[in-house]
Amino acid sequence: MKELLIGNAAVARGLYEGGLGFVSSYPGTPSTEITEALAKYDGLHAEWAPNEKVALEAAFGASLAGKRAACAMKHVGLNVAADPLFTLSYTGVNAGLVVCVADDPAMHSSQNEQDSRHYAIAAKVPMLEPADSAECLAFAKAALELSENYDTPVLLRLSTRVSHSQSAVETGERTVPAQKPYEKNIAKYVMMPANARARHPMVEERTAKLAAFAEDCPFNRVENPGQKIGVITHGAPYQYVKEVFGDTVSVLKIGMPNPLPTKLILDFAASVETLYVVEELDPVIETHCRNLGLSPVGKERFSAIGEFSQATIRTSFGLPEPQHLPADPALPARPPMMCAGCPHRGMYYVLAKKKITVLGDIGCYTLGAVPPLSAVDSTLCMGASVSGAHGFLKASDPEQAKHTVAVIGDSTFMHSGMTGLTNVAYNGSNTTVIVLDNSITGMTGHQPNPITGYNIKGEPAAQVDLEAFCRAVGVRRVRVVDPYDLAACEQALTEELSADEPSVIISRRPCVLLKSVKPKPALRVDAEKCRACRKCMGLGCPAVSMKTGKARIDTTLCVGCGVCEELCAFGAIAKGGDEA
Amino acid sequence: MNSVNVMIVGVGGQGSLLASKILGSLLLGAGYDVKVSEVHGMSQRGGSVVTYVRAGERVCSPVIEPGEADFVLAFEKLEGARFAPYLKPGGVLIVNTQEIDPMPVITGKTAYPSDILSSLSGITVEAADALALAEAAGSAKAVNVVLLAKLAKYLPVPYEKWVSAIENAVAPRFTEMNLKAFKTSYDQ
Repeated sequence: MKELLIGNAAVARGLYEGGLGFVSSYPGTPSTEITEALAKYDGLHAEWAPNEKVALEAAFGASLAGKRAACAMKHVGLNVAADPLFTLSYTGVNAGLVVCVADDPAMHSSQNEQDSRHYAIAAKVPMLEPADSAECLAFAKAALELSENYDTPVLLRLSTRVSHSQSAVETGERTVPAQKPYEKNIAKYVMMPANARARHPMVEERTAKLAAFAEDCPFNRVENPGQKIGVITHGAPYQYVKEVFGDTVSVLKIGMPNPLPTKLILDFAASVETLYVVEELDPVIETHCRNLGLSPVGKERFSAIGEFSQATIRTSFGLPEPQHLPADPALPARPPMMCAGCPHRGMYYVLAKKKITVLGDIGCYTLGAVPPLSAVDSTLCMGASVSGAHGFLKASDPEQAKHTVAVIGDSTFMHSGMTGLTNVAYNGSNTTVIVLDNSITGMTGHQPNPITGYNIKGEPAAQVDLEAFCRAVGVRRVRVVDPYDLAACEQALTEELSADEPSVIISRRPCVLLKSVKPKPALRVDAEKCRACRKCMGLGCPAVSMKTGKARIDTTLCVGCGVCEELCAFGAIAKGGDEA
Repeated sequence: MNSVNVMIVGVGGQGSLLASKILGSLLLGAGYDVKVSEVHGMSQRGGSVVTYVRAGERVCSPVIEPGEADFVLAFEKLEGARFAPYLKPGGVLIVNTQEIDPMPVITGKTAYPSDILSSLSGITVEAADALALAEAAGSAKAVNVVLLAKLAKYLPVPYEKWVSAIENAVAPRFTEMNLKAFKTSYDQ
């Protein structure tokens, strides 16, 4: 039966049908739904790991034990998992091992636009890249086979548009191969220098075999040979090329971006008058073509920046755009923002008020950087708040420690803030770390983590004792505040910033979007008492506005957190009742 | 109908993904090739969100660009105006008249623009107070099906198919309420 699946769910289906026995991942848009979908199937172990490196190492262990294994991550997650990946290339696998990596051209929900194909080249492992959900299913399944046939981990590259687009798939039966016996093999699996030296030639031989395979593998295909225009393309851009040109140009669709074929490309180039390479992000295929002595039209026409669409293709080929109404630049923009009642807001308000330098991190709370709070000074990568603040303070005047903090979420702290905190204590910087503990991984859509006390299936699990952890690494000053209590936040900040040693302030309150969090009655504004001082507007709460000269609370959005009530010096905001 | 391009636009948190789920499965069931493209992640936090639904004999691109949409289904008025340029000349903007203030309006930096729908020329604007209709049927969450009902009148898909697509997409305890909202809106 045909059904619509998003690419990520189709990848999960393909891995499931291919007999996957184990998946371990860390959530990251646009990859998250792969693991979420796998967790719903019976007959395999699914888990959220604290970070991508742990996830890939766990998947390696499962493969070593003889079960087909996978992990999924966003593009920047592969930076974290790069360490095991590069040496997994040398050890190879026992049972099949697939690493799904989802790039985010246009940075819909990311901090950079890196192209994961470079990892396949650098780690010398094969990579497959589907262009729709049917291919997601087929390629994921095939990747498990390819991994075993060539004794290598296989990267499955996705992009936001492929991961999050639904298209029709035909699902099949699940076939679980017999578990491969684990056999001790020191030469293959113990990568100390002597053994690794012996393995490296195998890696080069494998790449040569895979390059030969790439010439006539089912993942690369020529469509409509013999046209004047020839386009080499891949993934989502393939769909845009087909949308614009239909069957009027010759297309070489690359479904295996590493290793790339040679003869297939040379023959294709020779069969057309003009050769184009239409690829999103970096000129990987184009560079390969140039190395082969070809001169395709490439990045000078098709940008290395952002996401393509059929409009990109039309414009780049000088084709007319359809008629439409002009966009109205005067319409107010609608950027994302922290939700009404978000527990992060109270702490950020106090940080902004005290003009604290904030080294921030990755999560919903990155939105503390947008006006009116504008409370974040830097956001680099997972964990960089804590480690960055340490370096910042080591390089600054000691007085700077009195107005500098690191701000990190609970899930991000478990991902890679804990090592940074260990460094703070060990190397002795006077860093104040605020852990915004909303008891969930928020931005990616509410995945549990080791601080939440339950696992991916919603079952009770061991819970990290955050306070005890911070003390265990050597931080003596650890305290917990409720971010809805502005006075307590301010007092905690004042005391910890003036202390002459590292501190951790755990700002603890669950995400308001959690089903377990019941909203309180909406607050209302007494217009008689409101002096229009605009103090409440400094919170940037979407429920509080001032369009009529007086503050107003949208009762459909307000969850009664009470932060604006605390802030109002005139007692104009109070609990109870609906506002007219 | 050879093909149809529908954009569903709104504000993160309004639940427009359900509308695309119903529409996508309906069109697939009607024998079309279908692609639906969704938005996840940061922009879902109160930002502008867009979902594309495309159906035809063969659909390649999952996205819709300016001048390509037959219908824009807007869950919020300002978003309706923002994405109206995505309509083909003669396309239809089905828009919920509900206003949700974006941050620049909330902070008083700029005003919520007035009269944004009447200035749109060359397209058909069908405005409805979908929130009121949904609340009358029992839940503000039924805005989805209220707007879909307006679209249903334009598409050559029998009423019963819409009913079964809704039944398949919503939890059983909400089926009656959603079907009531759909019918009220369809009959209006």
